[in-house]
Amino acid sequence: MANIIIPTPLRKFTNNQPSVESNGSTVQESVEDLAKQFPDLSKHIFDAEGKIRQFIRIYVGDEDINALDNENTKVDSSTVISIIPAIAGGIN
Amino acid sequence: MKKQIQVSEEVLAEMHRHALAVFPNECVGFFYGQSSEGAKNVTEYSPLENSKEGDQRRRFEVNPLDYMKAERYALSNQVELLGVFHSHPLHPAIPSEHDLKQAVPFFSYIIVSVNENQVENTASWQLNEENQFEEELLNSN
Repeated sequence: MANIIIPTPLRKFTNNQPSVESNGSTVQESVEDLAKQFPDLSKHIFDAEGKIRQFIRIYVGDEDINALDNENTKVDSSTVISIIPAIAGGIN
Repeated sequence: MKKQIQVSEEVLAEMHRHALAVFPNECVGFFYGQSSEGAKNVTEYSPLENSKEGDQRRRFEVNPLDYMKAERYALSNQVELLGVFHSHPLHPAIPSEHDLKQAVPFFSYIIVSVNENQVENTASWQLNEENQFEEELLNSN
């Protein structure tokens, strides 16, 4: 069980809830449970192969999961997971 | 019917100052306020550091920790994170393919076309249901 912070652009898929409690013992399980609770959110988080999309970053606390154990990072009831869209762009 | 975005004069002036200050590089920042169906009211602007490594004259990037801070700020100050401001130095205020690739729903993307002396144009864009940018009606008061 962890608390997942939903970024503003995706809140319309979670009935405007800014955070959601999610079941699972790892980041992967937690995010999958979130997608199960809110199926319309799924395509914004997972790609066609079921992997977390390239333009989404996942943080546990203030740490990028890439610096931890990636999707296998363990979570518990005190864990705060943030879904962060990569914000970038530019000329052509 | 076009969506509307209201930006206070002070906020627009801050955005323009930021874009001119970092020229010829691209600037980036978040803006906050309130939204309702089909309309946004922008009351605050927060400039950010362009964290793009490499040519900042053509690219911007927001550090994920800055993004997290922005969401926390919005939650604790009862405002909404409404979108992303950035500049297109010496290019039109029209979203590029690169902008489109990384755009997210709901956010407005305010873009200014800027040269070394002045802002040429300001426009706001939002993704539609077909995942294409549509221009919003930008008002300033």
